[in-house]
Amino acid sequence: MTTDPAPATTVAAVPSPAGPTDSSTPATTSAPGTDKATGATVEFVGLRRTFGATTALDGLDLTVHPGELLALLGPSGCGKTTALRMLAGFEMPDSGQVLVDGVDVTRIPAHRRDAGMVFQSYSLFPHLNARDNVAFGLKMRKTGKAERHRRADELLELVGLPTHGDRYPHQLSGGQQQRIALARALALQPRVLLLDEPLSALDAKVRENLREEIRRLQQELGITTLFVTHDQEEALSMADRVAVMHAGRLEQCDSPAELYARPATAFVAEFVGTMNRVPGVVTEDGTTVEVLGRRLPIDGTPGLRGEVDALVRPENVLLTAGGDAVVTGSTFLGSSTRLTVQLADGTSAKVDLSTHDASALPAGTAVTVSLPDRPVLVDARR
Amino acid sequence: MAGVTASALTTEGRPAPSTANGGRPTGSRGGVLAGLGRIRWGRGSVLLISALYFLVPIGATLWFTVDNSPQGFSLDAYRQIFTVPGLWPALQLSLLLAAGTIVLVYLLLIPTVVAVRLGSPRLRTVVELTCTLPLVVPTIALTAGISDVLRWCNDNLAPTPFYATFLYAQNANFPVVLLLAYVVMALPLAFRTLDAGMRTLDVRTLLEAAQNNGASRARAIVSVILPNLRSAMLNTAFITLALVLGEFTVASILGYVPFAVWIVNGNSAGQGPVTVAVSIVSLLLTWLLLFVLSLGGDRRGSTPAQQ
Repeated sequence: MTTDPAPATTVAAVPSPAGPTDSSTPATTSAPGTDKATGATVEFVGLRRTFGATTALDGLDLTVHPGELLALLGPSGCGKTTALRMLAGFEMPDSGQVLVDGVDVTRIPAHRRDAGMVFQSYSLFPHLNARDNVAFGLKMRKTGKAERHRRADELLELVGLPTHGDRYPHQLSGGQQQRIALARALALQPRVLLLDEPLSALDAKVRENLREEIRRLQQELGITTLFVTHDQEEALSMADRVAVMHAGRLEQCDSPAELYARPATAFVAEFVGTMNRVPGVVTEDGTTVEVLGRRLPIDGTPGLRGEVDALVRPENVLLTAGGDAVVTGSTFLGSSTRLTVQLADGTSAKVDLSTHDASALPAGTAVTVSLPDRPVLVDARR
Repeated sequence: MAGVTASALTTEGRPAPSTANGGRPTGSRGGVLAGLGRIRWGRGSVLLISALYFLVPIGATLWFTVDNSPQGFSLDAYRQIFTVPGLWPALQLSLLLAAGTIVLVYLLLIPTVVAVRLGSPRLRTVVELTCTLPLVVPTIALTAGISDVLRWCNDNLAPTPFYATFLYAQNANFPVVLLLAYVVMALPLAFRTLDAGMRTLDVRTLLEAAQNNGASRARAIVSVILPNLRSAMLNTAFITLALVLGEFTVASILGYVPFAVWIVNGNSAGQGPVTVAVSIVSLLLTWLLLFVLSLGGDRRGSTPAQQ
């Protein structure tokens, strides 16, 4: 397992508790959306949480840097949402701490935390129109009506819905509702933004647009953002770093490119992207693996000897016509096509080729499979 | 075929199967229209029967109030409403009791449905069964029970300091004992109405969203949950009001004279046309109230979402 490589940053500043704002305070001259907020450092320290016999978090240690967008990625039940909810104040850990800028906020109630959250199910207040939804937090902080409406309108403009202030949630599409929810989360100018699978209820096209929109706003505002998703494409395309979780533990936290190219564990390798398992044998000295008649150098596999699986990405496998493997099927993916190939020992492997190249290899074609110079990882044989 | 003209479309917007017969309706198309006709006739018949079921008795009642045979049409019964003795105190008592019942039902049930929904969803069945119990207990049995309790209290509380309270609870101007009975009788419908309203909300997420925006839990319930229960609360109020205005058995047996009891007593005392005219007016007022409540229940716009 790879630990979080970033050193914990401790900043003396205390997160501003959501106390009442003096409505007599002069109004901010710049738009709330364009105020360059300073993101906070968020740290999870040894977080543990069990629900009955289920362990949701099993000692989570993770640091999110100021202004960073970190995606918590993992399958359902891996603990990513629990971690997010602990930062929001909706869950209490059995043990461990949540620190914001070095200050322990673990026991601070949700309504006093400096974190805006966007929920999966929009969660707009049905009885309020879009403007009042956005201004809700400002109202709770006793900001004057004119001021909160002014700021709400600015935020509506920021999320691209300047003319939708008078509409009620049921008059808005899913994408519009989620934009309003984003504006509402930003209204209090929080130093941490929490996104709990905000795109999962939207259709593909809207999801793609909103993904870019969220990233643009996050970078523009410089707000520290924690983004929970089970969609690897979403995580890889949006995040500065991706933390992959499994069974309540952090498997790896790295940049998307590192995570994809150098996964720390077989779980990460197989969860992020597609992976082939090709049977092989690790040599006595543990420096090479013999697979499909070739010896490939390996590293980082302490203790693994004998029969193993070499993990190889489909796009790193080459096919040439003629040989002892057979193409058994294909899946059209647009610009590329994924071929399924049965190796001589009966193992099935996936190979990504350009659609043009793949058209020359219909099902039943005999092929030779060539592996890359180095497998992504070597794992115990399954 | 180069294109499909509007006239070649069926009523469902699909191309007609054939235009080879010169554009005349095909057998299939005629079948569809005949089917639609049948459906419309079916709907019309149901509506007509329903309307007759409701309107004929009301019409007959109305006729009874204005038919002053052999002189003919007369509005005397309606003029007497303003002068007939006993009506306004009875109506005032009923409205007071209704207001009290509504407030008590709110105080009892709203915290209960919120608490059950948020804290102990598994208790919902228990609460629902408890609230439904008055439906299976006949009103006459409930009244007999109340009478027994009152008799016991009268016999046993006289020497105690509670006797004054006991007497106050039976005050004819505002009989608390009747109010409590009405609360029990309103529970089944009130609980179901409020619970149904609550079920339409994602209460937990709404509360969390409100808390995330700086509202304490209590303030979140008041600011977010209650406003979204407005329709359910108005419906509860209306059902309770209707129940209290129309309740006769308990009030009559316990010896009080609210609205419904006054109407029956008036009929017996030979004031038939006036009491029936009052019934007609109260029916119209109830409808008007329902209309106002339904308008107030949803002031939000109704334009559908646009992508």
